[in-house]
Amino acid sequence: MHMSATDSQAQFEQVVVPHLDAAYNLARWLAGNDHDAEDIAQEASLRAFRFLSGFRGGNSRSWLLTIVRNTAYTWLKQNRPQTLVSVSDEEWLDMEDSTTLTSQSSALHHADRDVLRAALEELPVEFREVLILRELEGLSYKEIAEVADAPIGTVMSRLARARKQLQDYLAKKGEK
Amino acid sequence: MNCNEIHPLLHAYVDSELDLMRSLEVERHLKTCAGCMAIKRSLHSLHSNLRHSDLSYQAPEALRQRIRQSVGSAPAENAPRNSRPWMWQFLTLGAIGFAIVALMLQPVGISEGDRLADEAISNHVRSLMAGHLMDVASTDQHTVKPWFNGKIDFAPEVKDFAAEGFPLIGGRLDYLNSQTVAALVYHRNQHTINVFAWPAKSATADTTQDRRGYTVINRNINGLHYTIVSDLNTKELSEFAKLFGE
Repeated sequence: MHMSATDSQAQFEQVVVPHLDAAYNLARWLAGNDHDAEDIAQEASLRAFRFLSGFRGGNSRSWLLTIVRNTAYTWLKQNRPQTLVSVSDEEWLDMEDSTTLTSQSSALHHADRDVLRAALEELPVEFREVLILRELEGLSYKEIAEVADAPIGTVMSRLARARKQLQDYLAKKGEK
Repeated sequence: MNCNEIHPLLHAYVDSELDLMRSLEVERHLKTCAGCMAIKRSLHSLHSNLRHSDLSYQAPEALRQRIRQSVGSAPAENAPRNSRPWMWQFLTLGAIGFAIVALMLQPVGISEGDRLADEAISNHVRSLMAGHLMDVASTDQHTVKPWFNGKIDFAPEVKDFAAEGFPLIGGRLDYLNSQTVAALVYHRNQHTINVFAWPAKSATADTTQDRRGYTVINRNINGLHYTIVSDLNTKELSEFAKLFGE
């Protein structure tokens, strides 16, 4: 599949540029700081440009986010391997009772932005990403499964765990 | 349905991911169960709290500019890969040096086969240098092969030769010969082997070349073209190619 440079640029404007905010947002939440997030978002955008001919139509945002996520994980593996040594989904299930959900909504109403940010940053990266993709980017379970390269069942259990931990964290903050 | 059956469905319910029938069942239960209703409310409130707390980061304007400039001014495969100026300068200088040396070494009328070999070697070197060796890291061929589904419109052979001393390490997408190609990564002791695969346009001769200290082997297998590159010696890489072709 050959494309001229101008074709590629036009396609890049159409497929990638509209989602640069989403790309940066995911990179920022995975990397944890502006500088590294910019590196990851830029690297991912350039990869997207190189792989444009591989984009077969469909959801361009999930397609770009998949590349961002892969780029970020490669980066994390090299620069912060410890963040990826998180508990597996099964171990995580063992650690806490999976069916107990909290219902303390009072604490939540008052959680401000900084507290929420801190709470999200506390989450293991695999759990943080599903929450970001679902709550901030509004992706469907199927799209999240594609981006995070995990079965839908795993996405669902990570979402449930992530929300539970977030609620626990916020409830604890609320008590203080 | 009792509470234990409803709990796992509540997340999918608030995320509007349940089919109509299950949604109705959950709603029926919620009408009669204060406990589950409280959980549902807390999930809703968490959702709206996250949604309305301005937690999303926006791409800085300078970054946008940089990204658009980099694809507008440079052809795809030469696009800058890193925004850290010193790093980028270092890589650029390295690349220019590489190009100058390559130009000096090459005769003027470079053949198609040599051009491909050089390009494949550059990709091999870049994959090690830029720290982008793998998009999917797995020693399991049943993980690596499906990973390519939907990313490319052909299915490369993915076999593990760990028993023969060439373990499969992973795969990634790469860009070679003006197209997106599959890259498989193998190890042999301390050496890395890149196998680039794409649909063969015509049957080409199987070749083995030594260039700049690298061995480049070309094979046609079942309609796909494979270019195998490594700094491994020719003998061992040929063994690998033989295994790969079987």
